[in-house]
Parts: sequence; structure tokens; C-alpha cells
Amino acid sequence: MRFARISTRLIAVLLTHLAFALGASAFEIEDRRQYPAEDGARELRIISTADAPVFEPIIRAFQLAHPDVAIDYVIASSTELMKAISEEEADFDLAISSAMDLQTKLANDGFALDYRSEATDALPKWAKWHDQIFAFTQEPAVMVIAEGAFANRPAPRTRDDLIAMLRDNPAEFDGRIGTYDVRISGAGYLFATQDSRNTDSYWRLTEVMGRLNAQLYSGSKAMIEDVAAGRLALAYNVVGSYAAQRLADTPGIRIVPFEDFLSVMLRTALIPKNAQNIEDAGLMIDFLVQLNQREDIEQETYLAPVSAQSLNENYAARPIRLGPGLLVFLDRLKKETFLRNWENAIVQK
Amino acid sequence: MKRRSYRTSIRRRLLLQLFTMAALLSLAFFLVVRAVAERAAADTQDNILLASATSIADAIYSEQGAVAVDLPYSALSMLGSISEDRVFYRVLIGEETLTGYDDLPLPSPAQGEFETFMFRGEEVRSATVTRTVSSGGSKERATVIVAQTRLGLAAISQRISGMAAVVGFGFLLVATALSLVAAQSALAPLNRMTQSVARRGPDDLRPVDTQTPSELVPLVDALNSFMARLKASLTQSEEFIAEAAHRVRTPLATVRAQAQMTLRRSEKPENKASLRAMIRAVDESSRSAGQLLDHAMVSLRTDQLQDEVFDLVELTQDTVAHLRPTADLKDIAISVELYVETLPIRGDEILMQNALRNVLDNAIKYSPEDSDITVRITEEPRISFVDQGRGFSADDLGDITKRFSRGANVGDIVGSGLGLTIADEVMRAHGGTLEIAPNEEGRGSCVSLVYPRD
Ligand SMILES: Nc1ncnc2c1ncn2[C@@H]1O[C@H](COP(=O)(O)OP(=O)(O)O)[C@@H](O)[C@H]1O
Ligand SMILES: [Mg+2]
Repeated sequence: MRFARISTRLIAVLLTHLAFALGASAFEIEDRRQYPAEDGARELRIISTADAPVFEPIIRAFQLAHPDVAIDYVIASSTELMKAISEEEADFDLAISSAMDLQTKLANDGFALDYRSEATDALPKWAKWHDQIFAFTQEPAVMVIAEGAFANRPAPRTRDDLIAMLRDNPAEFDGRIGTYDVRISGAGYLFATQDSRNTDSYWRLTEVMGRLNAQLYSGSKAMIEDVAAGRLALAYNVVGSYAAQRLADTPGIRIVPFEDFLSVMLRTALIPKNAQNIEDAGLMIDFLVQLNQREDIEQETYLAPVSAQSLNENYAARPIRLGPGLLVFLDRLKKETFLRNWENAIVQK
Repeated sequence: MKRRSYRTSIRRRLLLQLFTMAALLSLAFFLVVRAVAERAAADTQDNILLASATSIADAIYSEQGAVAVDLPYSALSMLGSISEDRVFYRVLIGEETLTGYDDLPLPSPAQGEFETFMFRGEEVRSATVTRTVSSGGSKERATVIVAQTRLGLAAISQRISGMAAVVGFGFLLVATALSLVAAQSALAPLNRMTQSVARRGPDDLRPVDTQTPSELVPLVDALNSFMARLKASLTQSEEFIAEAAHRVRTPLATVRAQAQMTLRRSEKPENKASLRAMIRAVDESSRSAGQLLDHAMVSLRTDQLQDEVFDLVELTQDTVAHLRPTADLKDIAISVELYVETLPIRGDEILMQNALRNVLDNAIKYSPEDSDITVRITEEPRISFVDQGRGFSADDLGDITKRFSRGANVGDIVGSGLGLTIADEVMRAHGGTLEIAPNEEGRGSCVSLVYPRD
């Protein structure tokens, strides 16, 4: 059993390296999965930032509806995905990413194709841009805490509460706070820049976390694992859907959504300029934006589908707005300045 | 050389002109609204682009001798608030790009602060703002260019054009309907006048006194004065004819009476013969004069035919009774065959009487002594005069009804050639015909007056 799993992994990795080494591609991929069809006449090539286990239920359900479409699913980080589409102009049929800013830049710079269907017309206005970017999930940035560390104190509900608590109990939280390394993680950078726009507390919080030797992570998963293992007391700005997924099989962790504001990231799909199989890419987009009709998939993936109603119910929720505003923090100078300030605050040499 | 005659219609011309005017106005409205709206939409985009570029220019600062810019979030997000258009920007210090899209072209110095050009396959509009900044002690020129595609603008102007087109078309429809009404009401007095004139009887020559708009007053005045003159001239003619008949017949009658008396008294056969010739000549002159005047009367009356109901049977019998003495002179027996009791018809009684008299007079004139004439009245309505005379000669039939035309068969019988002309004109005026045929039962002819069925 164990051997079998290792060998499939190995084959997958080998395949990956072969394919992209031969294609002289400069972008790095993390994983590659292939889902053959009953008759493999049509193939849909997807590049995505979502891990295979998260996305697999969606692919399976899609193939149930369209059994003749084989799917080649390549996983890469959001920056590598951006590089693949904009610099390498790789011929993927669909790019799915949680980095809304990079997706926006791809569309703005002309690397995406227009697509319109009844399904996309039904999307709320904030869930699409320019008929090129289509949001299909809404995932809040939450705080995950270890229940052990909060046994005899209430979990903070706002960022100001969090700052006060950390200041009052430096010994207990020293080295036990986790957050994104925004220099590496696209999602982390997006959350951080939105935080900095939404509240003045952000820089104070970052400084406090820096003083308490916060641990820096490149992804949500490792952070949640370390909270579960008790190595961290809390993780700040974790993708809510991953946390919800882990909550089911991991005891001792809790999700705390902030009440002052809750950045909500939209996972989006776009059809790259060099797409070969535009028709099936369109089918997949239609399928994705209609996920709100598939509760079974939501229960399996923990990905909350786009829903204007659930956003309206939560007053704190602030969906990150698609559009040229997102280009601002991708500006070279702006990014340099932001990262310099962040480093000054968190690394505190 | 035939001139193609076509009727011009004031109403049609009025409608056409009003419609053309409305169409031109609608088109002008559409073009103006569209131009104004597009200008307004374009100005809005320009203003936002300028605001965006200005806010970026305001965020340029120098730090340790180097120039930097802290791109404000709102600078680009404000561009996203009106449309989903693609946005490009570039900040230059001197000739060097500080940040943004390196390939965004510099504005040409000739243009103003706004420019439209193609960039990355789409038309973009750009705004440029320049500032002087100090960089390392020296003054540098900073240029900020912000550009945006114009799809949103196109969508707006399309929507506005659509709306303007709908409104313009609606305007056209309403204007057309109104011009129909306007043409109708403008022509209403004319129609009223036409109707009031058309409704009049044939000899109603009273002046028109319907309410007329001032534009029609000259026409109505002209019409009225014309009618007055016509009336006067008609009255004059009728009076003249009556007077003439009287003046001609009375002396002739006196001459005839004198001649008759002298004839009775005279004994010499040669005197008697010349007196008889004299009497005959007087009769002929009197008849000819009568016919000439009758014809004049017929011509006058057929133009303004009376429309009254009378019994054709009765009229025929009266006429026969009137001419019986003349027939008796030649021992001619006139018998009337009636196939109907009464024949009420509409028309001019005096004219009909004239026609009947002339045809019967011919029958008597062209019949030999001691013969029979049958007057047959049938339901058709048709009145036939059958005689046993010399009959018509075939060569004459073509234009025997022409004025003053007499047949080759007349011999020594005198006449004016007007009798059949009168009968023919009267029948035509009533919509009927005069038929000339041989007597089917032997010698002679059969002349019929055929009246149209209702
Ligand atoms: N009953 C008739 N029988 C024979 N010929 C006739 C008869 N009536 C008319 N005509 C011919 O038609 C001609 C025209 O007739 P009419 O107009 O009455 O003129 P007129 O003064 O000669 O009688 C006559 O000259 C005659 O030749
Ligand atoms: Mg005659």
C-alpha cells in the first residue's frame, strides 16, 4: 500500500519533470494529475493553485457530467502560474488561482480571452471582471487557534483585541504565532495588502507579531498543521476553506473569524490567451460558477461557492474587489516599499 | 403632343413636406443627442483619467536623493469604478521609466493632455500629467501617463444611441400622426366648401356663403361673381329665346292667317296656287324657326338637367294629341300601343317632350298620305315610332344626327336637319340612346327613344 502510493507520486513527479523540461519551460510546477476520459478525444489542460485533494471532487463531478473530457491538472504556485501564462505563454486551457491580483493583471495585460455564457451572466457583478475573470469560491482569511492555548481566556474577536492580548502576554505567545511570509506567498501578500488598506491596526499587529518572533510560512496547510500539533498557539490570516477542511479531522483547533472585518478572497478562473480547447474551458467555467447548486461538492471540498446572500449576512465580510485597484500593490515600487516596511516590522533585526 | 396630366394633391404635398421635416428633425435630434451624450461620456472618462494621473503625480516624492512614487490605491481603483476597462500607467523621471508599463508610448508633444491611440490591440484613451521634481539636487521632469481602454465608453454610447434612436423614432411617429391631423384640419374648410357646392341642384346659382378662411375668400369671391355672371347670362339667353320665338312666330302666324283668308276669297287658280305655296313656306319657316329655338333651348337645358319625376306614357300621349291635327291634314292615322300603364321616370320633362315631338314630327313628315303611324310604348322603357314612309337610306345612318345634316331621301320635303339632333342630344343627356332602324313589318322606318333602366 505504502509502496504503491510512493510509486504513483514518483511517476507523477517524473512525468512532470519530463514534460516541462522537454517543453523548455522555466516555470516550476508542484504536482501534476491526469484524469483520463472514457474516450479521450478531448483534453482540458488546467493550471491551478489548488491542491489536488481539494480540487479532485470538482474534477470528478465535472467528468460525470462530461465523460468525454480528459483533464490534465497541473498545480503551481500563483507566481509560477502567472509566469507560465504571461512569460512562457504556455498553452493551458484554463488558469485557476486564488491570487486575484495576479489573475487581474493577466486579464488587464491581455493574457486572457473573453467568455460569456448564461452561467457567467448570472454571476453577481463583483464576482467577475471584464468577462474574463470569473470567481467561483469565496474564502475568508481567518485566524486559527489551538484550543489548548485558549483554555482559560476568550479568543480575540478583533485585531485590536488580538494586539492587546499579545501585548499583555508576551511570554506565552513568543515564537508561537504563525503567519504568511508575504515575500513568498501570493495569498499572504494579497491578504496583507488588503489588511493594510482596511485597518491602521495592521502595521501595529505586524510589529507586535515581529517582536514575539512570529514564524513565517509559505502556505496555510503547514500553519494549520503546526497549530494542530501545538507548536503554534495561533495562525493569523489562514485561508478559511483549508482550515475548515482540516477542522473535520483534526482535534484541538478552532477557526476564529474576525468581527472588525473579514477579507474575503475569491478563487477565480480565466481562459489564457493561448488556450487550445476553449470550448471545454468554457464548460468548466460554467460548471465552476454553478457550484452553488452543488451542496454535495461543497461538503467534500469545503470550498464555499460564490454567494451574494452569505456575504450580505456577514456584516464584517469584505470581498476583495476585482479590478484595476488590485494592480496597485503589484506595482514594482509599491511592492518594494510594502515588503520593506513588512520586513522592518516583522523581522526586526 | 399629349401632355401627361396628373393630379397634384395639396393634402399629399402637405403630408410629404411635414413628414420630411419631421424626419429631418428626428435625425437631427438623434445625431445631436448622441454627439452630446458621447461627448459627456468621453469627458467623464477624461476627467477620471486626469484625476488618476494627478493623484499619482501627487504621490511622487524624493527619498535620499532618489525619486520614488507611492502609487495610491484609489488612483487605479477609481478607474475600475465606472467600467471594467483595462488600465495602463507609466511614471517617468526624465526619459527613464520609474514604474508601470514600459511600453506605454509617451504622449506626442503636439497633442494636449489627452490622447487616443492603439495599445496592446485595443483603442485606449490616455491622460498625461507632468511635474517638476528634484532628484539628487537637480530638477527633473516627472511624467505620469494613465491610459484606459474604451469598451465601457463604447457600451455607454451604444446604449445612448439606442435610446436616442428609439426616442427619435417615437418623435417621428408622433409628428407623422400630428401632421396627418394638421393636414386634415387645414383642408377641412376646403372640403366643406367643395361639399356645399357639390350638394347644390343644377340651377342653384346662389352665391356660396359657407364660413371660409381668409385664404379662400378670393376664390369664393371669384366663384360667386362667376356664378352671378353665369346666372345673368343664362337668364338672358332663356329670355332671348322666348322673346325670339314670340317675335318670329307671331308675325308669321299673322301672315299665314291673312294668306288663308285671301286664299278662301280668291278665285283665280294661279292666285290660289301661289297663295298655297306661300302658306307652305310660312309653315316651314315657322317650323324651322321653332326648331332652331328648340335646339338652343335643348343645348341650354342639357347643361343643367332638371331632375323631376314624370310619367312617360302621359307625356307621349300629350305629344301625340298635340300633333294629331298635322297628321290629319295628310290623312295619317296615329295609333298608340301601350304595353305598360305608366312609366314614371326621372329627367327633364320639357326636353323629353321636345324629343318626342321631333321624332313624331319626322314620322308624319316623311310618311305618304293616307298611311299609319304606330307609337309603341314598352316597359324597357322604350318608345318606338313606326311609319310606312320612305325609310332611311343606309348611307345616311352614320351622321344623320349631326346638326343641320339631312338625308339623301328628303326629296322636296323641306327641313332644317335639327330634329334628330335634338332627340339625340336629349336622350344622351338622360343617359339613354336614339335608335334608328327599318320598319320590321314592311315599308318605312322605326325610330326609338330608349331610356336607361334605373
Ligand atoms: N321617319 C323618317 N323616315 C325617313 N327618313 C327620315 C325620317 N326621319 C328622319 N329622316 C331622315 O333623317 C334626316 C334628318 O332628320 P331631321 O334631323 O329631323 O331633319 P329634317 O329637318 O330634314 O327632318 C332627314 O332629312 C331624313 O332624311
Ligand atoms: Mg325633322
